[in-house]
Amino acid sequence: MVDLSVDLGFLKLRNPVLAASGAFGYGLEFSPFVDLSKIGGVVVKGLHFGPREGNPPPRLVETTGGLINAIGLPGVGVERFSKEILPELRKIGTAVLVNVCGTSDEEYIQVIEYLDRQEGIAAYELNISCPNVNRNGLCPALDPETTQALVKQAKAKSRRPIIVKLSPNVTDIAEIAKAAEEAGADGLSLINTLLAMAVDIETGRPKLANIFGGLSGPAIKPIALRMTYQAAAAVKIPVIGIGGIMSGADALEFLIVGAKAVQVGTANFIDPAATVRIAREMEDFCRRKGIKKITELIQTVKR
Amino acid sequence: MRQDSAAKIILKQSWGDYYLFRLETPKIAAEARPGQFLMVRVNDTPYPLLRRPFSIHAGEKKTLELFFQVAGQGTALLAQKRKGETLDVIGPLGKGFIPDGENLGTSYLIGGGRGIAPLYFLARHLKRLGTEVKVFYGGKSLADLPLKEKFKKVGLDILFSTDDGSFGFRGFVTKLMEAEIKRKRPALLFVCGPERMMKKSAEIAASHKIPARISLESMMGCGFGACWGCVKKIKKGDGGNWRKICEDGPAFWAEEIIWDEAR
Repeated sequence: MVDLSVDLGFLKLRNPVLAASGAFGYGLEFSPFVDLSKIGGVVVKGLHFGPREGNPPPRLVETTGGLINAIGLPGVGVERFSKEILPELRKIGTAVLVNVCGTSDEEYIQVIEYLDRQEGIAAYELNISCPNVNRNGLCPALDPETTQALVKQAKAKSRRPIIVKLSPNVTDIAEIAKAAEEAGADGLSLINTLLAMAVDIETGRPKLANIFGGLSGPAIKPIALRMTYQAAAAVKIPVIGIGGIMSGADALEFLIVGAKAVQVGTANFIDPAATVRIAREMEDFCRRKGIKKITELIQTVKR
Repeated sequence: MRQDSAAKIILKQSWGDYYLFRLETPKIAAEARPGQFLMVRVNDTPYPLLRRPFSIHAGEKKTLELFFQVAGQGTALLAQKRKGETLDVIGPLGKGFIPDGENLGTSYLIGGGRGIAPLYFLARHLKRLGTEVKVFYGGKSLADLPLKEKFKKVGLDILFSTDDGSFGFRGFVTKLMEAEIKRKRPALLFVCGPERMMKKSAEIAASHKIPARISLESMMGCGFGACWGCVKKIKKGDGGNWRKICEDGPAFWAEEIIWDEAR
């Protein structure tokens, strides 16, 4: 029997695999395909305070080994989420994390204050890194000072732990990671998608209405892994690795470079049971290697 | 709605770049309704990455059929699958053509090219309900009408058109359908095909004040409402909303669809 549980300090998970925000809807969409109670945790789709329409289509384009999306964070808003979705999620018995969004610092705080009054949320993931809501992919996570200011405000208001989701579209990920840690972040998750584009050569037009989008999927895994390595080396708070994880082997690489847990995103679209399959594949690996606790692998990369 | 990772191909037919697979997938078949679709995994490698949506062409107790045309890399890979191999499919997805409790009357079904796919399932379903059904099947040329005998074999009333006049009425299928509307006005239209043809059908439906259900196509990330990637603009009051084709559709009422933004 392999012990797959991990302790993030502020949250214990039955296994290190979380479903990533934006690629798992509000969680319930996946209940026909996967036993949600077996997932380490679910990070639900980014929530703004009110409902949002998102970007015009086309919102998706497939590229080699990847997917560029410019969905633009449409969603139901905190009220409908709390009334209609959260009560259902509470019944599942899986850690529910809410990805918190805002078009201004005030909105992030509004979302946190509203959700703080609801039960059944394990932690917030502060989404300061969506590339699709502002021109040219601008977001708070591109700058250490903006990151720090926002995280400080969020931490001051929140009664729950805050994981800060970082952007890969930066020069020095370690600098941003440290800024978030100094501001009081309880954990980091990375990477969000890489700012990307694709063009239709017949029409000469970008394939996305938004021109740019965020690249995800197996194509980005090596970059995500490198950045997870750098961030985990730079901070003491737990790091959750994200980016192109399709298999247990992929997830194990992230643990070995220093992630305490991982999030699985795009893989859920292709294999809606990917989260549980990946946890099982990690377990199989540990059994084969005689590893009793998955935590034995964390940050064991040889230099 | 479920995943079947071993839907066996028990029949494969092809006509040029058109293909038909009959899949043994009893649980999905038992739930499937006309107008719904499957998300099919076309390979085990990461390129192409995503599943592909295919409308359900025919449904029996334990089997479903897919009818598709090779249009890109995904369909080209799918076309290489052989009888006896299995496919990983998710379905049935979407709401289907007919809203629950809809009172049906004489129905005209208009399909263009590969858009004919869901109309066979629908035609047979309507006929079983005792509805009078007439099918209009159009293509560029005779080679684009590979299913023409299939409809006749099961006793469906069907008219054909080709753009080049190589078979049936010469001209667009929408023109053939409008001529028939003038002869006998149906209670409902069902449409699936290229966007221009669906838009024209919606105009005809509006000018004759006939309600029409139109099945839209879209690039999809997941097929079951989680990615929000497949939206098109659908009217709501005075404005419009981006609505998910996979979950809210794929069929919508013609007057709900805002075409210029449904790109």
